[in-house]
Amino acid sequence: MKKTILLIEDEANLQKLLGEQLEEQNFTVLRALNGEIGIKKALEHRPNLILLDLILPKKNGFEVLRDLKANQATKDIPVIILTNLENASEIQKALALGATTYLVKTNYQLEEIIKKIKECALKINN
Amino acid sequence: MPFFKECQQLNLRLFECPSFLFVIMGLVTIIAIISTYFVTSYYAGPEIVIVATASAAMVSFVIGHFVVRSVSRIAQAHQMQSDFVSIASHQLRTPLSLIKWAIERKNLDIIKQANQRMLKLVNDLLNVARIEQGQFKLQKEKFDLSKLIREIVQELKTFTQANNAKIILPDQSLVIFADKLKIKMVLENLINNALLYGGKKIIIKLNNNKIVSIQDNGVGIPKEQQKQVFEKFFRANNVLRHQTQGTGLGLYVCQAIIQAHQGKIWFKSKENKGTTFYIKLNKKT
Repeated sequence: MKKTILLIEDEANLQKLLGEQLEEQNFTVLRALNGEIGIKKALEHRPNLILLDLILPKKNGFEVLRDLKANQATKDIPVIILTNLENASEIQKALALGATTYLVKTNYQLEEIIKKIKECALKINN
Repeated sequence: MPFFKECQQLNLRLFECPSFLFVIMGLVTIIAIISTYFVTSYYAGPEIVIVATASAAMVSFVIGHFVVRSVSRIAQAHQMQSDFVSIASHQLRTPLSLIKWAIERKNLDIIKQANQRMLKLVNDLLNVARIEQGQFKLQKEKFDLSKLIREIVQELKTFTQANNAKIILPDQSLVIFADKLKIKMVLENLINNALLYGGKKIIIKLNNNKIVSIQDNGVGIPKEQQKQVFEKFFRANNVLRHQTQGTGLGLYVCQAIIQAHQGKIWFKSKENKGTTFYIKLNKKT
């Protein structure tokens, strides 16, 4: 069965590049351009995995993560932080709030990000 | 203790931390009061003791206040510098990620857009650095401001048409003595913002009191955010970032340019109604 990934990212071009690559890897990709829409779609569709940026309009990534983990319906959905913030305190904060892992976009090629996402998606099966 | 955490967060040594210094100056004031009391009561009568103790308290309090205030300002500037570097590097990393991933997907359009964005950001950052270091020198010349506005509007023709917008030009001419390139930067920024932030009808006016106004009927600026508009990296909440690729530095640079000309820049705005920016140039301009 096709797995669903919710991509919460306000950069339209990054959404396009990542979204297209994930769809080629046989994932169903849902898209949200801000934190509020992200939470709404997570509650509506209960995706298998959430990719979350931290700097977002309306509601930032930390607030979204907090809300997702506080809600019974979404607290068990694994969340991968995909951001360009590289501060140690931000990384700690995200992991403490329940993020599965934290990836800094500029440090990885698109292929490597997809590989990490697929590894996480496989773990959901198990 | 709470100030150890604060000092760590601000990346300051203990003696540079305003909260810690506040406690120390408090202790110094108490010691000054107690020692003045005991010393003067040994040598002088009660009236002198009261006056001396009160004076010691006041002097140490005033000195303490100025010390803590100065250190607080230094800590704040240090924090702002650190925030600036953090925000600037994050803003640069975004187009870098785009270029990196777009190369893999062979998407030339995205590479071009990201490249333009990086160029603009680097230019804006360099301008901010020049402003901060006082290297903002003006090269003044006489030129017709209305002619300059017409040139800018002509350059923005494609963008204006793509936005289905209309720009009404001023009908009067105005010759000023100013730095043409920098004034052009200011006007380009303001007219561009008017288009970017949803303006379909933009009216540019000039008057004999050397006031330029640029009025749009776009999204406006939320009232609670209006105080921050000229701050570095400020972007209003009512604009989705994916709709506008601005750096948030434009208005900070505009204000610096106008102030360097001894002029004034301000605005009036109402959410969902629009914004009007005003520039008043100095009489000598």
